[in-house]
Amino acid sequence: MNSVKTDVPCSLDAQLLIDSVELPEFEAHDKQQTKYTTCYMCACRCGIKVTVEDNQVRFIQGNPNHPINKGVLCAKGNSGIMKQNSPAKLSAPMLRKPGTERGAGEFEIISWARALDILEKRLAQIRATDPKKLAYFTGRDQMQALTGMWASQFGTLNWAAHGGFCSVNMAAGGLYTMGHAFWEFGDPDWDNTKYFVMWGVAEDHSSNPIKIGLKKLKERGAKFVSVNPVRTGYQAIADEWISIRPGTDGLLALSMVHVLLRHQLVDEEFLIRYTNSPQLVVNTPGVKGDGLFYRRAGEIQIWDQTTDSFADARRTDVAPALFGEFKAPDGTPLRTAMSILLHKYLDDAYAPENAAKECGVDAETIERLALEMAQVAFRETITLDIEWTDWAGRKQDKFIGRPVSMHAMRGISAHSNGFQTCRAIHLLQILLGTIDCPGGHLAKPPFPKHVPPGIKPAKECAPNTPLKSPPLGFPTCPEDLVIDAAGNPLRIDKAYSWDAPISCHGLMHMVISNAAKGDPYKIDTLMLFMANMAWNSSMNSAQTLEMLCAREDDGEYKIPFIVCSDAFHSEMVAYSDLILPDTTYLERYDTISMLDRPISEPHAACDSVRIPVIQPDRDVLSWQEVMIEMAGRLKFPAFTTPEGERRYEGYKDFIVNFQKQPGIGFLAGYRGADGSKSLRGEPNPRQWEAYEENEGFFEFQLEPNQRYMRHANRDYMELAKEAGWVGSTDQILIELYSEKLQTFRLAGQGLYDGPMPTEEHHKERLVKYFDPLPFFYMPLEEQRIDRDEYPFHAVNQRPMFMYHSWDSQNAWLRQIMSQNYLFMNRVAGEKAGIKELSWVWVESHNGKIRAQVKLMEGCNEQTVWTWNAIAKKGGAWGLSKDANEATDAFLMNHLISELLPAKGDQQDRITNSDPVTGQAAWYDLRVKITPAADGETGTWPLFSSHEPLPGAQASPQMLSYSSHKNVNLKRPMLDILTRGEK
Amino acid sequence: MAKLGLVVDLDTCVGCHGCATACKQWNTSGTIGPLSDKDPYGRDPSGTWLNRVRTYEVGDTPNSKTVHMPMSCMHCEDAACVTVCPTGASYKRKEDGIVLVDQDKCMGCNLCSWACPYGARELDPQAGTMKKCTLCVDRIYDEKLPQAERQPACVLTCPTSSRVFGDFDDPNSDVSRLTRERGGQQLMPELGYNPVNTYLPPRNKKVVESYQIKPSLGATLKQWVNKVITR
Repeated sequence: MNSVKTDVPCSLDAQLLIDSVELPEFEAHDKQQTKYTTCYMCACRCGIKVTVEDNQVRFIQGNPNHPINKGVLCAKGNSGIMKQNSPAKLSAPMLRKPGTERGAGEFEIISWARALDILEKRLAQIRATDPKKLAYFTGRDQMQALTGMWASQFGTLNWAAHGGFCSVNMAAGGLYTMGHAFWEFGDPDWDNTKYFVMWGVAEDHSSNPIKIGLKKLKERGAKFVSVNPVRTGYQAIADEWISIRPGTDGLLALSMVHVLLRHQLVDEEFLIRYTNSPQLVVNTPGVKGDGLFYRRAGEIQIWDQTTDSFADARRTDVAPALFGEFKAPDGTPLRTAMSILLHKYLDDAYAPENAAKECGVDAETIERLALEMAQVAFRETITLDIEWTDWAGRKQDKFIGRPVSMHAMRGISAHSNGFQTCRAIHLLQILLGTIDCPGGHLAKPPFPKHVPPGIKPAKECAPNTPLKSPPLGFPTCPEDLVIDAAGNPLRIDKAYSWDAPISCHGLMHMVISNAAKGDPYKIDTLMLFMANMAWNSSMNSAQTLEMLCAREDDGEYKIPFIVCSDAFHSEMVAYSDLILPDTTYLERYDTISMLDRPISEPHAACDSVRIPVIQPDRDVLSWQEVMIEMAGRLKFPAFTTPEGERRYEGYKDFIVNFQKQPGIGFLAGYRGADGSKSLRGEPNPRQWEAYEENEGFFEFQLEPNQRYMRHANRDYMELAKEAGWVGSTDQILIELYSEKLQTFRLAGQGLYDGPMPTEEHHKERLVKYFDPLPFFYMPLEEQRIDRDEYPFHAVNQRPMFMYHSWDSQNAWLRQIMSQNYLFMNRVAGEKAGIKELSWVWVESHNGKIRAQVKLMEGCNEQTVWTWNAIAKKGGAWGLSKDANEATDAFLMNHLISELLPAKGDQQDRITNSDPVTGQAAWYDLRVKITPAADGETGTWPLFSSHEPLPGAQASPQMLSYSSHKNVNLKRPMLDILTRGEK
Repeated sequence: MAKLGLVVDLDTCVGCHGCATACKQWNTSGTIGPLSDKDPYGRDPSGTWLNRVRTYEVGDTPNSKTVHMPMSCMHCEDAACVTVCPTGASYKRKEDGIVLVDQDKCMGCNLCSWACPYGARELDPQAGTMKKCTLCVDRIYDEKLPQAERQPACVLTCPTSSRVFGDFDDPNSDVSRLTRERGGQQLMPELGYNPVNTYLPPRNKKVVESYQIKPSLGATLKQWVNKVITR
């Protein structure tokens, strides 16, 4: 405690009279324990240091040693106590009461033994007959390496997580271009970048690392440009805010590309060495083979200027022509990919003055931004004098940095043109030579991977048989689609079908809709983990509730059985038949695995764990344990010994002892019998303890010569191969021109030797959207509605203090916001006669809602927006029936259809998603706004409330949380007597 | 003697509310706690917070700016809240200038909160006493905490490091230096309470020059010529 001003012994009374007193002991530190685990309030996965006393949380703080958050923590992380103490925590397994309606919320508590038996019987029956009748989808979890493996072992094709409505456009856009991506697979080089452009980042993805990074930029005087229709959050501190019209970012990026090309401001050395831009492309429109690379003896060719002849593109002793048209010996016309690219983007369509009309960004600004980036990339180059060896074994004496970096997320991702827009942004980065160089966009281990990663989605499933490959993967040609001989989808979400051929994260947003229709087939059981599909995680929420309760003519539910695992009383719980209560994040073991989406930083391979810091006081079991238990009961081969015994005692045992390849398991750290091996090594029986001793994470620093240009860095690639991150040490060639996309386009043109679509609309979509070079097109909803009738874009974002969290019942966070408004630009509002706080009807092609308006300045004039997932059903999440979330807040989801706007054509029944990746296009929404009539006030529609679950803890009227009796600091008597005067 | 307080950097605050909930979390079990919440799961939940983030827009479309403004006790040198306190519960510590409320002496009359122009004091709905920022007096002197963590919870957690704690009487402290170098401002100094905390105004916008283009270049495909670059 603080030093005492006097050590003269004195009585208590005298003590009060002296000038200063010793501070009392505020905290009984000897009764407290410090534990380390990983936050789970969102997808950021920060390290936390938790002080616990008497099984109560005293304090959750950022772990200062942790690679992700370096000691800081956001508003959610700091509210973990209220998550742990939520009255909405599920307390025991529950079964819908026989004879009651699904959705009525009437349940009986059952034992875990019975719950697991029910699940086992159901699953065993499905697995023995038709495994794809199990649709298993997970939400915001971070355990897809386990759940995906489980689904694979079960033998169902129907597994995915929430990526289909979150970020698949970003993941696929990057992985199909350069082998890494924004967010989880890459980061701006915050320490060196001098010019940073943030595209469509709605206060999210990721949380603390972006904030830490922005501070670094500001301290260093780097320029921060934000492209976003709404000026909140990060955009508030941008040096320049570009108020773009939603859905036109691709055009803006390509217009900048146009400017760079017009002024010949590209990094030609980078393009020649590290990209496929000099490769020769067959130019025979309308003939088979058009648009594919020209090959000789199977090798893609370039034109070597040294020998004036064709040469294998992979050779290093060549000087490839970047531009030009050539003729193959048989007369086939050829041109370099770069020539196609020049031709495409020098077109007037991409000239700033034309782009300006669509983007709402003036031409001078587009031109200036492009030239500013060129200035920084080419005139403010950074050089790091570090020796490294390139992929061909040549010693290089330095890394050259072009310090322009970018980050992009939801505002790009959630549009139906998001894949190509993401590729357009990467194209801009690549032309500037800013990929994995100092100051540019850096990959995070285990990325980069070869383009795209070499996993193909499973296509066949058979009773009691594991899939031959994971359910999700990366198609490279139509042969990889998951369709039957007639071209029909094999998956319930129609992923990897002609509707969305490279939907590498699945289409979770289509599962309920398709299953309720029995299209493409009926399922038996829908198993959901941590996904609120009965509310804010679905498009078209109101109708989704009806689908969940829809019955066949014989009275059977169209989705016969719904299983849900969640830690809380979400809206989904009421629509489930069997409820398996999960632990909270502070009560569980978990891994954030190198096999999945680990917590790596650009210069360090990292993974982490969760270790219980609180003992649960309820009859709950973590979903991880349920997975392992079911895998054992169902005798999945990977979980069963040759003698037919269970291979793993439980989750912890599985994590330690499962090996994907020899020496490679879920956790990359502290491997080897004595824990001394990193990345690869035999199982360490004390691995969990080692993680615990190391504050819950593992960090493997790359050597300085392995930190940049990793796509072409032998020193790095050898390490990556040893660690199992890549299959070979071959150069990861950046694919500006995607031949893989072209194969689909050829299939659409009827020019492909392999599967081809039979329906016209599929052909049209493939021809149009599978452009091997990024291009801009109007988002699909906008194409199919009357733009004049629905003049506004409507988008939504999660506030920072709730970003990616699924428990907004949090007693502290909901005090920051429990009601949302429809925000619109003040000038636009005044033009439309809409006043502050007035009620309006917001109508889309799919329906209408009534909401209250707030006018603001920092909003694009053609855009309205709101905070999402604020609205909740009364009774859910421990909320009262009259909670603001239930009575005043609204979901924009009701306006968004999961299907494209109807026009009476074949596309009517197609998913409202990106036609390439199947990413849910929930930012494509267009609306009209009309003032509500006099007397029409209040949010509409409203929904019935849920009743309390059996055994539920009542929500308190007053909450006064403290982990111990608070120790007051008394004012000294002398101070009172003198009124603070000397 | 010291003059402890905070510097808040408005150039980098993104309005994430991390400081607000870190404060709530620490202090609900801290010396001033518990910080009660009325109707925490009901209508119009309202609890006691010692730090709130307010957001404003400045200027009109299209030249508006969004400003996030965290607000907590300024630990004024001439603290009216202390002067008006009828029971002597509110006081400003001589040794470090922290303004505190002795919870045993507060009768919840609200005079101090009316006197405070910064809205920094909140009456606890359960205890009926006044709660306010303590600058984490129960952290900053706690020698059992690691040295680096002897800081207010809001400072410790701020993801953009937009909050700095220190002694304004020490000219070499980070708070004094930042206030000097970045033109740190008191909030509403004209009211005469002489707040200790300062706010750093947003920096001037970074200007990057454009690449100087040669007027002769550009425009067409034909002007691109192959260079000899070895792969």
